[in-house]
Amino acid sequence: MRKAEVFVTLKPVVNDPQGLTIRSGLHALGFDKVTDVRSGKYLLVTLDEPDAAKARQQVEEMARQLLANEVIEDYRITMLQGGGL
Amino acid sequence: MRTGVVVFPGTWSDRDCGHALGDVLDQPVDYVDYREQNLKGLDLVVLPGGFSYGDYLRCGAIARFTPVMEAVTAFAAQGGLVLGICNGFQILQEARLLPGALLKNASCEFRCEWVHLRVEQSNSAFTVDCRPGQVLRIPISHGEGNFFADPSALERLEQESRVVFRYCTQDGQSAPDANPNGSLHNIAGISNVRGNVLGMMPHPERACEALLGGDDGLLILQSAIHAWSRVPA
Repeated sequence: MRKAEVFVTLKPVVNDPQGLTIRSGLHALGFDKVTDVRSGKYLLVTLDEPDAAKARQQVEEMARQLLANEVIEDYRITMLQGGGL
Repeated sequence: MRTGVVVFPGTWSDRDCGHALGDVLDQPVDYVDYREQNLKGLDLVVLPGGFSYGDYLRCGAIARFTPVMEAVTAFAAQGGLVLGICNGFQILQEARLLPGALLKNASCEFRCEWVHLRVEQSNSAFTVDCRPGQVLRIPISHGEGNFFADPSALERLEQESRVVFRYCTQDGQSAPDANPNGSLHNIAGISNVRGNVLGMMPHPERACEALLGGDDGLLILQSAIHAWSRVPA
């Protein structure tokens, strides 16, 4: 099995009210050096695909078609090492 | 006019839409299952509000891939009338039938309240009975209704007069105070180029009888009936 981490984040131009609220919470706790917080999603996808290149290509396709909305979001994929276990 | 109200797992406003169209406006109503691939015989398809697929991943993201949405896309391309309300609007955007996206409300709160909408243009099939500048009072009920589109898409929407409704004050001013969710340009509803597909966050079906606190929503549903009856068969 292969595992891929997919990080989905709002594009820099998109406001992130959740991030702003979390930042206020951190300020209230005394973390006054915090200048910005951006929230996002973390998805761990497990695939039954022995070929590393094909696995990566499929996850890219998943991100494009469903996992991220290109109108408002960016995504980043990390294929985990030792995925053959 | 034969109307169809689509029911996804997690839809909650289907019966309200059916009541407004069927009981109040006396049109035949079919409830259309999300697995349906055939919309033959329908003149208007409503994608109602709710939480299709539990809003998992993003509002409307999963519903967009159901068999019925393929049929809705073909139906819209043939000029059929499609009205997406609240979650239905989110689904239409995920399906790329309408541009932009609806983000979490700027307040991070779910907002359930009556708002005022200014009708921006009466060219869409859903506003033919309205006059531009008319103010409607209709409720909203959502946590993700904060309209976003990138600057070029937004400019295109404005230039093509496809902003159909804007949040406004009681006297029709689109002031920041009248914006319940942070939507860009106070946008509450938009149409496609042809004007047969409308997405809006407010719920016209919840404003269809005086008993409910108002009936301005009927103007939108009745417009669809009148627009359809003028189309040569």
